[in-house]
Amino acid sequence: MQMDDRSKLLRRYVIDAMRGGGRGHLGSSMSMIEILRVLYDSVLKYDPKHPESTDRDRFVLSKGHGCLALYAILADKGFFPISELESFCRPTSRLGGHPERGKVPGVEASTGALGHGVPIAVGLALAMRLQKRNSRVFVLTGDGEINEGSNWEAGMAASKHKLSNLTVMVDYNKLQSYGKTSEVLDLEPLVDKFKSFGFVTHEVDGHDVAALEAILKKLPFSNNAPSAIICHTIKGKGFPFAEGNPEWHHKSGMTETDIQQMYDCL
Amino acid sequence: MRKTALDCVYKLAKLDERVVFVGSDLGPGVLDKMKTEFPQRFFMEGVSEQYIVGMAAGLAMEGFVPYVNTIATFLTRRCYEQVAVDLCIHDLPVRLIANGGGGVYAPLGPTHLAIEDIAIMRALPNMAVVAPCDADEMNRLMMSTLEWPHPIYIRLGKGGDKIVSEEKNGFELGKSILMRSGTDGMFVTTGVMTQLALETSDLLKRDGVDVGVVHMHTIKPFDAAGVISAIENVKAVVTVEEHIINGGLGSALLETCSDLRPELLPKIARVGIPDKFATEYGSQNSLLKHWGITSDTLVGAMMKKIRG
Repeated sequence: MQMDDRSKLLRRYVIDAMRGGGRGHLGSSMSMIEILRVLYDSVLKYDPKHPESTDRDRFVLSKGHGCLALYAILADKGFFPISELESFCRPTSRLGGHPERGKVPGVEASTGALGHGVPIAVGLALAMRLQKRNSRVFVLTGDGEINEGSNWEAGMAASKHKLSNLTVMVDYNKLQSYGKTSEVLDLEPLVDKFKSFGFVTHEVDGHDVAALEAILKKLPFSNNAPSAIICHTIKGKGFPFAEGNPEWHHKSGMTETDIQQMYDCL
Repeated sequence: MRKTALDCVYKLAKLDERVVFVGSDLGPGVLDKMKTEFPQRFFMEGVSEQYIVGMAAGLAMEGFVPYVNTIATFLTRRCYEQVAVDLCIHDLPVRLIANGGGGVYAPLGPTHLAIEDIAIMRALPNMAVVAPCDADEMNRLMMSTLEWPHPIYIRLGKGGDKIVSEEKNGFELGKSILMRSGTDGMFVTTGVMTQLALETSDLLKRDGVDVGVVHMHTIKPFDAAGVISAIENVKAVVTVEEHIINGGLGSALLETCSDLRPELLPKIARVGIPDKFATEYGSQNSLLKHWGITSDTLVGAMMKKIRG
């Protein structure tokens, strides 16, 4: 699928940050650009000038290593200056290699250790219900991440509590750090797994902006169950040398040539 | 002590609508009153401690004060990363009520014996670690927890323990209580070991040895000024804890003195659980004997230090 200018711009922001920090999870960030773009452009309720307003929707990035994509969209939306992206991973920067609540405006939870986002999101969704708020809670996990059992503990609970205000999205790029998810620890049948845990579950092409908008407009999929969306994506999307290449899960010690090679793809 | 702690959760829930209770898979009937009166704020979430701690963090992020209860080993070992990341890095006011500190679950073996919980909990920034000595003190502690803005680990004893704490001493998190002054020596204790130390102090008194007891219900933040004031003028100090000898109360005192008053170090001895997992079952008392945490040991350790 051809990337439009907006998808390219957000990817450019990610590269700006990688240039500044000389490192980053390229593959993991690029697979989720469109998911975040659609959430922040068309779905989530928020006010960048008042990032802690109580009536906001909560978005938890559980796959914290994909924070470059989150930083890109938050900067784009004005949560902090775009120029700050270049400070990525520098000693006194707010923008670390994993996102931190309280440091970065718009970041709901400090993540990076995997399998923490869904349990926290269940707590947030229960809180919204107890406080009789209409705010919704979205959480984005990686695919390798859901090897962690804590996700499934939380999944059972989300279903038990009929959390229709909770949506779990999976960035299913089919690659984890070592290699293919199908070989490291197979997740299939993933849709059936989520369904059996009580989620009303749909699949979508995670790079198809129109399809993402359409599926997210249908939320909640049920009024008495949590929703799950399996987003089929390509790791390193937009960068032919990185697409589907586990070597680009994370890169450090990046050279100007590496960076230029990435800009050239856009 | 456990019943008191849970009764307090109900009392707190009546006082403040931010209070929620989260259990794992506790015994039938636990906190039924709260469940009936405040069903929305009562959660029994199953054998899923990693999720439970994360979920409590999510509730706390939105202004709730969750009281989480299960067996101490499961609340520490099982979900240590969740406690570290979800509670301590976020610095959230979640209270962990940990059943069965030390040898309480003696018949159930080493999987259920929380012997290193104080050490690993106090290693975490932002976490407070408390171990009250009896049910009355548990009551005072619990009723003081509402406004503490950080996570708290609350270690429970067996229950039915003799009441030795006194109302007049009150309870302030992070402040030690000098239960008994002494001119010859001082026991520095925590949890129900304060009772053993008081009994031992009585025995020593009969032999003409005047040994006091300073009760550290809070192991973190550690009341350095309070404990140093209690021990600086005696000849000998023995720390007593129902916890592995490494990393607990005794270690905290040695660290504190090493940093602030190294000249006090030579007079300090530690009594606690040896550095190994339990190899016996029996009862809490038989395990304490097996571990060498008895009045006799305390007398021996104290007299050895007093005699130099």
